[in-house]
Amino acid sequence: MKAAVVVFPGSNCDRDLAVAFEQAGFDVSMVWHKDSQLPEGVDIVGVPGGFSYGDYLRCGAIAAQSPICKAVVDHAERGGYALGVCNGFQILTETGVLPGALLRNAGLKYICKTVDLAVATSDSAFTQGYNAGDVIGVPIAHHDGNYYADDATVQALKDQDRIAFTYVDNPNGSIDDIAGILSENRRVLGMMPHPERAADEGHGGTDGTAMFRALSGLLTDA
Amino acid sequence: MKARVHVMLKNGVLDPQGEAVLHALGALGFDKVEGVRQGKVIDLELAEGATEADVTEMCEKLLANTVIESYSVEIQ
Repeated sequence: MKAAVVVFPGSNCDRDLAVAFEQAGFDVSMVWHKDSQLPEGVDIVGVPGGFSYGDYLRCGAIAAQSPICKAVVDHAERGGYALGVCNGFQILTETGVLPGALLRNAGLKYICKTVDLAVATSDSAFTQGYNAGDVIGVPIAHHDGNYYADDATVQALKDQDRIAFTYVDNPNGSIDDIAGILSENRRVLGMMPHPERAADEGHGGTDGTAMFRALSGLLTDA
Repeated sequence: MKARVHVMLKNGVLDPQGEAVLHALGALGFDKVEGVRQGKVIDLELAEGATEADVTEMCEKLLANTVIESYSVEIQ
């Protein structure tokens, strides 16, 4: 299984994400934002957290126009798997791979703490290692994590069972407590919480490990 | 040629920064302010031959996120 983790100027969770993939058995390569191609045979692309390009203009807006993002969008459109965490989720919405947008937190504060997430569906390669309704502890660390989409989009997400995780106690004003969503083909997951920061005993929790383990067992070539 | 682009959160999208400014103005005694929306202004210096249509395309592709923001273009 091959994973690629994209590195932008300002990414700061790229190595954590790479380690989480490695511990689940992936062969991981790091990909620079100026590269225009993903390595041959990549099964999944990780778009990490951080503050790509200093969050200039809007979070993720500049990164979404970078050469590597064109390759990530092509990969997703071919049916490839991708995981966007935090800034990576913001970037995937800016590219249009995932619907909606992330607004400033309703309380205007940067929030860094472990929160309870409810697994909303186990029907995806990412969430198959959980049961729907499970509550897991995963850290959040964001200023712009307030998920927004128009009513029709939210309804479609619900009707198609594409909400992957919800907050048990909504920290940021996200519509319908949404913490993570899946693409229509269920092969792209974007989420504000950081599963890669709950993937080692040293992190204080390992509730994110099941996601990476499930991915390593399930992926097919894109 | 110069163009000025105004980008605002769409009506109906909560603007927590505008709300915070509203409260701060109230705390200063400006009690006749009923609403605040905060946006951004982007000034573009354009070469000869650029058109308003070009600027509109820039807004659609980058300057605004039309999922949450509206924009207007002012050619100066």
